[in-house]
Amino acid sequence: MSAREEILARVRKAVAGAEDVEIPRHYRTNRQGEDLVGLFAERVDDYRAIVHVVPAAEVPGKLDACLGERRMIIPDGFDRAGGWDDVNTADGVVTGCAVAIAETGTIVLDHGPGQGTRAQTLVPDYHLCVVRADQIVAGVPEALARLDPARPLTWISGPSATSDIELNRVEGVHGPRTLEVIIST
Amino acid sequence: MSATFLGMPGSFPKNSRKAVQNSQLRFNLRKATHTIRGKRAGVVGELPDWQELRAAGKAIKDHTLRNLDRYLLQLEEAVTRAGGTVHWARDAAEANRIVTDLVKATGETEVVKVKSMATQEIELNQALAAHGITAYETDLAELIVQLGDDFPSHILVPAIHRNRSEIREIFLDKMPHVPPGLTDDPPALAEAARLHLRERFLRSKVAISGANFMVAETGTLVVLESEGNGRMCLSLPETLISVVGIEKLLPSWRDLEVFLQLLPRSSTGERMNPYTSMWTGAVEGQDFHLVLLDNGRTDVLADEVGRQALRCIRCSACLNVCPVYERAGGHAYGSVYPGPIGAILTPQLRGMSSELDASLPFASSLCGACYDVCPVAIDIPEVLVDLRAKAPHAAAEKAGMKVAGWILNDHERLAKAQRAATRARKLVPKRLPGPLSAWTDTRDLPEIPEESFRDWWERNERA
Repeated sequence: MSAREEILARVRKAVAGAEDVEIPRHYRTNRQGEDLVGLFAERVDDYRAIVHVVPAAEVPGKLDACLGERRMIIPDGFDRAGGWDDVNTADGVVTGCAVAIAETGTIVLDHGPGQGTRAQTLVPDYHLCVVRADQIVAGVPEALARLDPARPLTWISGPSATSDIELNRVEGVHGPRTLEVIIST
Repeated sequence: MSATFLGMPGSFPKNSRKAVQNSQLRFNLRKATHTIRGKRAGVVGELPDWQELRAAGKAIKDHTLRNLDRYLLQLEEAVTRAGGTVHWARDAAEANRIVTDLVKATGETEVVKVKSMATQEIELNQALAAHGITAYETDLAELIVQLGDDFPSHILVPAIHRNRSEIREIFLDKMPHVPPGLTDDPPALAEAARLHLRERFLRSKVAISGANFMVAETGTLVVLESEGNGRMCLSLPETLISVVGIEKLLPSWRDLEVFLQLLPRSSTGERMNPYTSMWTGAVEGQDFHLVLLDNGRTDVLADEVGRQALRCIRCSACLNVCPVYERAGGHAYGSVYPGPIGAILTPQLRGMSSELDASLPFASSLCGACYDVCPVAIDIPEVLVDLRAKAPHAAAEKAGMKVAGWILNDHERLAKAQRAATRARKLVPKRLPGPLSAWTDTRDLPEIPEESFRDWWERNERA
């Protein structure tokens, strides 16, 4: 018998006669939000990321200020010309996002247009992310409902960190050590 | 990890007796577990629907386990459709052989690893080393353990038994090109790890990971992490091999909405961990292999009481609240799964033929703190008691229990025995002799009353 057949047979024998269970889903879903922008900004800030809440018309100016003289990767589909090509020598990367979660201060990339590849958003030390207000949802259930499982997804909650030294969060290990978020309202 | 857990001698009482004499260890553990307890309680308290999420998490896992055959086949189909290759491994040896062959086929002799309990359990690093393949751990705590030639002592934070100055010592001693003047400031230690591993990430062609969740419906694998070493390993190398226990399955995409709330808050005490990666099959031109691991899990599944241990999502909240773990530390459990969950998982996965494994169900005061914090409501005390009954017992203990059972089974025999004890009460010593002294060394022997309650009741009823 192949390993596959043997494991499946063992499983069937182990659970034979066991009762199935109903899944109660009485937790919060489909929340409509009070001040999602405010909550998202506060929760991202809790991770010691840098947050700006800016009216849409002022975003280009804010981007200029943040990019400065940095050698930035500007992914295909991001509304801005120029940029640096080599991930290993770039100072940073600028992206949009697929969805953002207010309650947990999380940004989710699906690496579609304007969001770069997984490597581009990981190797450089600085990540600048532009989040539109209409991309912010209340919680995790609302975010998953908007995402496509067929795409590679990267959920980002603050800069790279570790809790491995005495169980305290310390920023800055292998991912970008600085995360800056522009929320466009 | 260069040493091996399987040959670890001793028993939990012997190992913990040594551990509690190490005051540095006790100080480190106390500080770390108390920090994380407070953080967990804070972020769990923020969610008004925590108990509803917990009930859903428990039911999703139970439903999955009940229908595991169906969901495994669905997962296999989805992963294959998305360009991945699925392998099945009955035990550790088979899983190690599959992974070794896959690495050899790439021609590489070095692999990078994302922290994974499953690959520790099967001792993959040692198996690879036997074939000339070096596995580099990339998680900071795993790196500390690997460099220090040490054992992991915690599920989430394998180097929890080390404080910052000990970590600095290990880096200075064992890390090549360590920055001169390295301090024990945690950001400086993290920076040293970043520099140490960066080159390796960029040039490695093969990575090995585990997974926190697999979604049957979509074929998606999910890894939660903090540092970014996971993202490095999952996305940069050309070949990715994931070794995952068959119980890590969830039926639908939607089920992640429960577990992505339960796990980070229970494990690191954060609203969300810094990075979560999700991928379905072969992504961005990668070659992807999934190794589904049984290695004793179907035996656990066959046990009606014990199977609930397979709900475990490896958050380690039970370790952090356990008064026994806090004092004894993780090494005393002699397994990659320490603490309360280890005390029920290890004896079920490995059996109770060794002295160590047979002692694990007794490594608890049954206080129940672990059950309270468990995000999938595993009734650890219930399983402990069940395993205690199944554990091998000494002939003298069995004989004693048999006599006690014979007496307690009949009220007349019990009354006679109680009267005999009352008459002999002046002769009973304060401390018991011989091996029984182990009991009275730390406890008072209960005093035998002048009269049994039954006799008192009889006398007063008649009067």
